[in-house]
Order: sequence, then C-alpha cells, then structure tokens
Amino acid sequence: MLGKLDWSAIPTDQPLPLIAAGIVALGMLGVAAWITRRGWWTALWKDWITSVDHKRIGVMYVLLALVMLMRGFVDAFMMRSQQAIAVGGAKGFLPPEHYNQIFSAHGTIMIFFVGMTFMVGLMNFVVPLQIGARDVAFPTLNSVSFWLTASGVLLLNLSLVIGEFARTGWLVYPPLSELAYSPGVGVDYYLWAIQIAGVGTLLSGINLTATILKMRTVGMGYMRMPIFCWTALTANLLIIAAFPILTATLAMLTLDRYLGFHFFTNDFGGNAMMYINLIWAWGHPEVYILILPAFGVFSEVISTFAGKPIFAYRSMAAAALAICVLSFMVWLHHFFTMGASADVNGFFGVMTMIIAVPTGVKVFNWLFTLYGGSVRFSVPMMWALGFMVTFIIGGMTGVLLAIPPVDFITHNSLFLVAHFHNVIIGGVIFGAYAGYNYWFPKAFGFTLHEGWGRATFWCWLVGFYLAFMPLYVLGLMGATRRMQHYADPDWQPFMIVALCGALCILAGIGCTVVQLVVSIRTRAQRRDLTGDPWDGRSLEWATPSPPPPFNFATPVQVNGLDTFWAAKREGMPAPGLPEMPAPSAVEVPVGTGTGFFIAFFATGFGFGMVWHIWWMAIASLLGIAGVALKLAWRRVDETDIDGDAVAAIYTARAGEAA
Amino acid sequence: MSAMLDEPMQTVERPIPRSQRGPAPTHVTTSYGMWLFLLSDIVMFAAFFAAFVVLRDHTAGGPAGRDVFHRHTVLIETACLLFSSFSCALLGAGVEYRNKRVTYAAVAVTLLLGAAFMVLELSEFAQMIADGAGPGRSAFLSAFFALVGLHGLHVACGMLWLIVMLAQVATLGFSPKVVRRLLCFNLFWHALDIVWVGVFTVVYLGAFT
Repeated sequence: MLGKLDWSAIPTDQPLPLIAAGIVALGMLGVAAWITRRGWWTALWKDWITSVDHKRIGVMYVLLALVMLMRGFVDAFMMRSQQAIAVGGAKGFLPPEHYNQIFSAHGTIMIFFVGMTFMVGLMNFVVPLQIGARDVAFPTLNSVSFWLTASGVLLLNLSLVIGEFARTGWLVYPPLSELAYSPGVGVDYYLWAIQIAGVGTLLSGINLTATILKMRTVGMGYMRMPIFCWTALTANLLIIAAFPILTATLAMLTLDRYLGFHFFTNDFGGNAMMYINLIWAWGHPEVYILILPAFGVFSEVISTFAGKPIFAYRSMAAAALAICVLSFMVWLHHFFTMGASADVNGFFGVMTMIIAVPTGVKVFNWLFTLYGGSVRFSVPMMWALGFMVTFIIGGMTGVLLAIPPVDFITHNSLFLVAHFHNVIIGGVIFGAYAGYNYWFPKAFGFTLHEGWGRATFWCWLVGFYLAFMPLYVLGLMGATRRMQHYADPDWQPFMIVALCGALCILAGIGCTVVQLVVSIRTRAQRRDLTGDPWDGRSLEWATPSPPPPFNFATPVQVNGLDTFWAAKREGMPAPGLPEMPAPSAVEVPVGTGTGFFIAFFATGFGFGMVWHIWWMAIASLLGIAGVALKLAWRRVDETDIDGDAVAAIYTARAGEAA
Repeated sequence: MSAMLDEPMQTVERPIPRSQRGPAPTHVTTSYGMWLFLLSDIVMFAAFFAAFVVLRDHTAGGPAGRDVFHRHTVLIETACLLFSSFSCALLGAGVEYRNKRVTYAAVAVTLLLGAAFMVLELSEFAQMIADGAGPGRSAFLSAFFALVGLHGLHVACGMLWLIVMLAQVATLGFSPKVVRRLLCFNLFWHALDIVWVGVFTVVYLGAFT
C-alpha cells in the first residue's frame, strides 16, 4: 500500500534533522496563525496563489529563493563548523553519512532553488515591464512554472524528515548514484525534485523567450532593449537548449534505478563517463544561465547610478550572445582528468580561456560606463562595485583552472570550491542582492532601508573573502573537497578563518532580514510616489510603483534606447500613461488555480515515485490531466478593468503624491 | 543649382524595421512558443540519440541490432507515421476551411495510423523482451528501448492530445483558441515524424550497414 515507506523512514536516531524540521514546522504554523488572525487567507489565495500576474509571480519566486538561501546557508554553516573542528582525533558533530547529505543538499539548493529561482524571479518581474508589455506571452503557464519549482523545493525539503537525501554530491555522479551503491531513497528524491522543478524552469524559459521575441512594444527594436532584456534573452535561450539535456540525463539515471537499465552502470556495458559528459553539457550552460541575468542587473544598476547610458551597447549585447554560444563548447573542462587525449583537453582549455574574453568586454564596458559619470553610491551600486572586484578574482582563478596541467593538480580540491564560490557568490548572489535592492521599490512602492542594506553588503563582502580565500590556500596545500574529517593539523587555522567568514555571512543574512522588517515597519516614511526613485532610464520606471496589473494603460511608443530617460529630460510625460480623464478599459488575464493544483499533484507524483507508491503516482498523473482538461475548457480567459477603475489607480497615486 | 532646388523634395519612405512593429498577434506568439518547445524537445531527443550512438556497440555479449530488428515491421511503422503526417496536413486544411467533416475524418485517419504504429512498436518491444533482449540485457538495448520508447511515448501523448482536440472541436467549435491548439498539434505531430526519420536512419538503418 505504501511502497517502501514505513516508520523507519523518520530519522528518529538523528536529532539534528528532527530539530530543524520541528523549527520549520513551528515557523510555518506561526505564519499560518498570523495569516488567520489577520484574515488574509482569501486575499492570499486570490491575489497571490492563483495570480497569473508576472509581477506577483516574480515576487513569489524571489521570496522562495530568499527562504531557500537560509536553508542552503544553514547547510554551509554546518559544513564550515564541522571542518573547523574535525581534525586528528576530533570527529566533529556530523557523522559521515549525514555530512554527505548536507553537502549534496547545499549544492542542489543553492544552484537550483536560490540562484536559478532568484534570477527567474527577477526576469519575470522586470522583463515585461522593460519591453513595454502587459504580461508575459503565456501568463497561466508562468504560474504553472512557478508552482512546479515550489513543488521541487517541497520534495527536496521533505527528504529532511521522511527518508534521506542523496549522499552523492549535487550532480549525483554514477556509478555511486546507481542502485548498487545508493540503495536508499536519497537519489530518488533528488531525481524527482529536480525533474519536476526542471520542467517548470524549461516552461519558464520558453515563456520568457517568446515574451522577449514576440511581445515587445511598438518601436522596441532589438537594439533598443535594455541590456537586462538581452541577458535575459540569452539566459532563457540557454534554458531552452540546455535543460532538455538535464531532463534526458536524469531520465536515463532514473531508468537505471527503477527499471534495471544499464546506461551508467559498471556492468552490462554501461558507461558512467557518458553521464559526466551529458550532465556537464547541461551544467556549464547552467552557470551562464545563472550569471547572465546577473550581468544584466549590473548593467542596469551601473548605468542608472552613473547617470549615463551603458558604454558600447552593441558590444554588450554581442558579448552576451557570444557567451550564450560559447557556453556549449567548454563542458569538458569540468573533467580534464577523465583521460581524454591532450588534444581534446587542449581544445577545451583554449575554449575556456576564449569565453573569458566576452566577459572581459563586459567588465571594461561597465568600467567605462562609470568613467566620467556622476556616480551615486546607493546600495545596488555598492553590490555592483563589490561584484566587479570579486568576480575578476574569480574569473582569473577560473582561467588558471582552464589550463589542463594545472587542473590535474587542483581538480576536486578546495581551490576549485573557492573558485566557483568566488564567481557564484561574487556574481550571482551579489547580482541577486543588487537587483533585490534596485527593484524592490518598484514592486512594493517603498524603498529598502539604506543603512541595513549597506550593513548587509559589507558583511557579505568581508564574509566572502574570509570564508573563501583560505580555501584557495588549503586547495594548494592539498585539501580536497567534501571532507568530513582530515588528519593534517596545519589546515585547521585556515578552516577556522573560513568559519569566521561564514559567521560574517550569517550576520549579512541577519541584516537582510532586519532590513526587510525595518523597511516594512517604516514604509510610510519611505514611500516612493514618483514610481522612479533612482532616476531610472528604462520603461519599468515609467509606471507607478507598484505597477498596475496591466503595467501600461496605453500602448507604449519607443523611439530609441532609454526612451523614458529622454522623455524626462525633455519634460514630456512618461510613456504608457492613460488618456485622462477618460481612459479606455484594459484587458488582463484572469487568475487561475491551475498552477497550484498541477504542482500539488506533481508533488504527489514525485513522492509516490520516490517511495514506489504506484497508485499514488498514477492517481496524481490523472489529477494533473484533470486540471489541464479543466483549463482547456475554460470559457473566459481575460477580463476587463474598466476605464473608471484604470483612472482610479492613477488618480489615487497622484492624490497621495500631492 | 536652382534647378535642383526646384525639384520637389524626395521623401524617402523608409519602412519601419520588422523588429520595431510592436507585439505579434496571439496566434503567432502561441505557435512561436510551440516551436520553442519543439526545439527543446528535439534537444532532449538529441541527448538520447547521443547516448544510443555511444552505447550501440556495448552489447555486453547480448544481441546486436541486426539480430533483433525486423526490417519489414519497421518499414510498415515508418509508412504509418509518414501517412499520418499526410492526414495531419489534411486536418490542417479542414481546420483552415472550418470544415468539421474533413476535420473529423482526418483526425480518425491520423488516430488509426498512430494506433497501428503503436501496436507494431509495442509488439516489437514485447517480442524482444520475451526473447531475452529486454532493456536490462545490455547498455545497447537500454539505449534502444529508451530512445525508441521515448518517441513512442510522444506518439501516445500526441494521440491523447488529438482525442482531446476532437472533443474540443465537437463542444467548442472552431473558436480561435481551438484553432490555435490544432495548429500547435500539427507542429507537434510533424516534429515527431522528423524525429522518427532520425530514429529510422540511426537506429534501424545503422544496424544493417
């Protein structure tokens, strides 16, 4: 009846996961009680859960990413603590099998559910506004994408209390991840969580690509799009081209584990190295899916806070496209030690160095944008400056690792760990924070607290250097990654410094929470009634904050790059405002619970598959089909917001401003 | 000089570049989204094709392709699919002229051919498994069953989709939404044919050369 599931799945012998789960459960109960007390359930359901508004879905993505950032950071903190203690005779507080789950979960969460989720959220929120569209191309599909991501998150976190997570590292390399060596449900949790969230990501990539290519407003030619739209376009093209490879690869591993296939097994002709090749054919584009939107954020931030158009616009767009293409030609540098011939390794080494060139072009363009500008050191700008310094260091260690002979020494060492944290924290996380501080006032109509924002930035910056510079040294001293315990006492001082860095980052995350709470409490004073708190350049700043559900009351006409900036300088009204006093009605897509229910059944399907509860999996599939059919026969897709209501939205804001 | 000034000013009508003409109509955006999906689907097939090519000689002492494939069955399967593409095109014409009778007939023929393909493929699979040449026998057979099975799964899903569309035409008529969906189905079905051409060439012809 319940497949492999029984009471032994609850890890009653391990206090840590149970305590963590207890805290999470208490937190969720607290939030639920608070919502009940305020009577917000109906509003939550109608305005958020069933909303197909790209701005609300974007906000929910970012919120999910912030929550998962905490979860992923707790894992990181436990690893740093363990490594600071577990030397020589000391065993530390984490047994090996638990430690292995923690580093696997940390990587999986941080890449899929923090980096990706945050960037998809920002793109969802910003792109339609920047191209003057009323929503994405397929609003209901957008909601489905978000909820499927949430479903993956839920499955992954369920593994904390029911069963276990993979002990194989975040890419579940076979043959270790095959049934013979990982008989538990950990790898299955990984497979189904990532597969379900991956479908969501793919659909979101298709949606945003179609939006950018087909929904641009009149006059918004390709060469007039803000750079963020260019990087979003390239990132989503990469999603379309790369995620199916992940789907296929994980499907092959799933067939191996469930139906006795032999794709990657040691026996019957399986080839484990094929998995490594396939997974990195997705995995390397994946890192550019993460970083390209961040590049876009920095381009917007730097040009806004320098008060100048972006330097060398065309080369900026071309660099993003070049990275998009080249990112498919470097995957082998993740395993130079596989034993390919020197020619093959040499080719991929050279390609890896070549891909650093467009990135370098971007860095110089940012610097030249700053040059001669009237730079304002607001919080997003500080993240951008911190990024440029940090990312260049990370890029240079990357070029070091791209030299095959060097890689033979540093492969799988802490040097590598330091390198990719250097580019992912210094690039993606800094970009996420910059975008969060930059667009928050657009989303909610009030600015975030500057002081706490600066504190967050400094804690993260100092914390990053303290935590990861020692790892470069340790890597060169011979320390490998994923160590639960080590013998050499000389390594311990570096490990303790790294732990101090993690403490600093902990303070940074604390500051993030405080900044949000303080900002919400003092929102009356920090209300932004102009809709344009930073003196912005692109179209999202031409709308009131928060933007109305339809973004722009009238079709926007664009005459060049930075149309809104030009209009402001000439004293013209912002584009897209309604024809007052009698605006015409505006069509908006109707909300639907389709996404939520599909994700509900997808979670059931994943859980059923993990535990071999076949009836549950089949019933869930039927549920998904039922929800889809219900949507297929929906009679009303769009509803009108009448002219008076449109006018009311704008006059209310104008009244507040006056 | 004066003659030149007297000439009427030549107003050069420069057409607005295509990329600046504003948002596309809904049916274009929808089919464009479908194209993007098909692109991603074909990338997924590409990964399975790659795996098949890598593993095709990894027979682990088991049967190779030429020992287990039946050329005639595959030929009939191929004919079924190619003719179903033709009937699918007729379906497109029926929708174009809003002709329910032609549409229903084309749907019926497409479903029939699809079903024939599925029956042939599944019986081929069943025969192979009964002969001890199932997916667990060798990496080659794993890759074969996964690649061909994935295509078969697509055909089966396409048939379910077509049945739903039949019901949609019957209940909702040729509303713009239904017509858009039929257009997307058409793209999907033809894409499956293209993938089959790849399967036929790489898997089956490859086994006999």
